[in-house]
Amino acid sequence: MVESGWAMTQRFGNFIARRAGSGEYLKIGFSPNSIPLQQRWRNNGLSADFLADYLSTFFPGKDPDSAERQAEIKDAVSYLANELLENAMKFSYALPQHTVSIEMFLEADVISLYVTNNLDPSTLAGFQAYIQRLLTEDPGALYMERLERNAAENSEEASGLGFLTMLNNYGATLAWEFTDFGESGDGVTVTTMAQLTV
Amino acid sequence: MEISHENYQIYYDEATATITCQGSFRLRGGPEYQPILDLLMQAANAKPETLTLDVSALEFLNSSGINTLSKFILQVRNHNASTIIIKGNNQYRWQEKSLINFQKLLPTLQLEVQ
Repeated sequence: MVESGWAMTQRFGNFIARRAGSGEYLKIGFSPNSIPLQQRWRNNGLSADFLADYLSTFFPGKDPDSAERQAEIKDAVSYLANELLENAMKFSYALPQHTVSIEMFLEADVISLYVTNNLDPSTLAGFQAYIQRLLTEDPGALYMERLERNAAENSEEASGLGFLTMLNNYGATLAWEFTDFGESGDGVTVTTMAQLTV
Repeated sequence: MEISHENYQIYYDEATATITCQGSFRLRGGPEYQPILDLLMQAANAKPETLTLDVSALEFLNSSGINTLSKFILQVRNHNASTIIIKGNNQYRWQEKSLINFQKLLPTLQLEVQ
């Protein structure tokens, strides 16, 4: 029996707890079941670009060097946020009250994104095994291997490239926190952290 | 051949063997990318001596899009009949991070980035 309010937490990678109250932060929430995924899809890009634009206030591009840095940060945040939201929308599990959220924290030279969604408990073991590979193997080699395999198999399944591109192309640090609220709550939720040092 | 959407366009000019991609490719997974993949594969299967992929006006490419373009690059590699030139623009920062990986798939691929 699971008591009400009980929740079990499991972390992968160097998951750093959110620190609201220090520095700037933004949070956007979505209710995935309110409109069909097809219509909602464009919100991923809109939200990601909004977060990236918003952040650029804190990295003013007055001279060529800082303009360069601003453009880099904007591109990276827009890419990472979009991929995280696409994943969350694709994999979140249909429960009526469920929400997906994205949070962005800015502290000194670190930008942290946290995306939370629930997931189908039957996919949990496979997902966690994949995370172990991401955390222990060379992302460059995994990335090339995945591109070759996707082309050879030509399947319509998820490309599996989202996390790999974040690690390989953007040098992001990824970590995950799983929380099992039991059958009475949201089921199993995952918060994915993507951190960039800028 | 041409696909035109509010947020993105792609067309293939047979005369110059050039594929041009514009806008933002943020489509949802393999099934939504299928028409784009079909266009790319048709160009690859025509086996021109030089095949140009112009992404200099492609502002955004999600990971499913990277997957789609990779399939095209690998098809050209399998045919071993065409040289690919990719034209890019550093204004869009994803390009310098991502295009280099296409060269790893196909070392003879030429990158021309403005």
